[in-house]
Amino acid sequence: MTDLLTNYIIHQADNALILGHRNSEWTGHGPILEQDIALSNISLDLIGQARNFYQLAANRLNELTPGENITEDDLAYLRNVNEFRNFILVEQSNGDWARTILRQFYFSSFQFLLYNELLNSKYPGIAAISEKSVKETRYHVKWSSEWVIRLGDGTAESQHRMLNAMQLLSPWISEMFLPVDFDYEASSTGAGIQPEILRNEWFDRVNTVLVTAMLPEISSENKPLQILSGKKGVHSEQLTDLLAEMQILQRTYPGATW
Amino acid sequence: MDKETIISIISEVKDPEIPVLSISDLGILRKIEFTGDKISIQITPTYSGCPAMETIQEDIRTELANHGLVHVEIKQVLSPAWTSDWMSETGKQKLISYGIAAPRSPACVHNGDDQPETCPHCHSINIEMISRFGSTACKALYRCLDCREPFDYFKCH
Repeated sequence: MTDLLTNYIIHQADNALILGHRNSEWTGHGPILEQDIALSNISLDLIGQARNFYQLAANRLNELTPGENITEDDLAYLRNVNEFRNFILVEQSNGDWARTILRQFYFSSFQFLLYNELLNSKYPGIAAISEKSVKETRYHVKWSSEWVIRLGDGTAESQHRMLNAMQLLSPWISEMFLPVDFDYEASSTGAGIQPEILRNEWFDRVNTVLVTAMLPEISSENKPLQILSGKKGVHSEQLTDLLAEMQILQRTYPGATW
Repeated sequence: MDKETIISIISEVKDPEIPVLSISDLGILRKIEFTGDKISIQITPTYSGCPAMETIQEDIRTELANHGLVHVEIKQVLSPAWTSDWMSETGKQKLISYGIAAPRSPACVHNGDDQPETCPHCHSINIEMISRFGSTACKALYRCLDCREPFDYFKCH
């Protein structure tokens, strides 16, 4: 048993968990040690934020349906792909360093604006997690912006890779600003916001960095690709692969601990 | 055992990742309450994903159990969010002696664009950043251009 507000909370958790997991795939494979550590630390922040949101969602579910004793682990490890509510953007595979950086930059820029709004959430748990997370996210924006600039305004090769990453990720930008049922519910109850209100500022901030990086600006007229919607549970096949790896232990040995 | 002693036992539990700092130096120990023989403790994480939180909870329980105190409840609270301004002056001095540059305060003024005052080894102001992230989420990596030593900086947050 779930409700729209729980899905809104789970949506925040899923975004953080899935991107945290993607980034963690770089651990041990980063281009240089310092950046391997940087991305692993960002993963840690994101997975910590995800845990806080999953715990909040689990508490709410247990209030709605007493006796089921749902935990954060059930939500992360035992849901199927069509039950995940994360953006298509965050589940995209890592590709090269440029694609990973751009994905982080797009998402952190969004998440920073979102958390700033959610500081005023009337749902106390959401406001508390946002207050905790917003400072971490500001730092992720700073780190990823510096890399966008370094690669865009770097060598011919690094710029070529950034342009390629921009093209690959462009279909997944619009989804961040398109409302679904749980956004309407969250905004009407004061627990959350309509993501549309973040659109102009997101494009302003992102384009400022892209221009500094000698990269082309992106247009806010970008049309959404209608078929997929992560927020509605219609994902790309890349999430299936990710979940297969992330969930295998709890699926194979339910309740395993060590 | 009197409350003062119990409070000092809890306060002296160390951060497992920076063992010179106690949880009270770090400012993550938020509240201790006594109800009958029950001790309720509130701690708050420095960063959302800080992996030390669970060890710290276990260490508090173990320390108290060593003194025969087992009726203990530990809660993690998120709000108000921890800031490096809550680190005590003693804590900052301990960090520097340990070779880690201490966070400047107030944190809100610097807002992530901060940098250490001096090299914790030779106290030179001639320093540069190597990486925004160091060995843990709460630290960045710097080097001193005079004594040439690299060092961690506990970031303003």
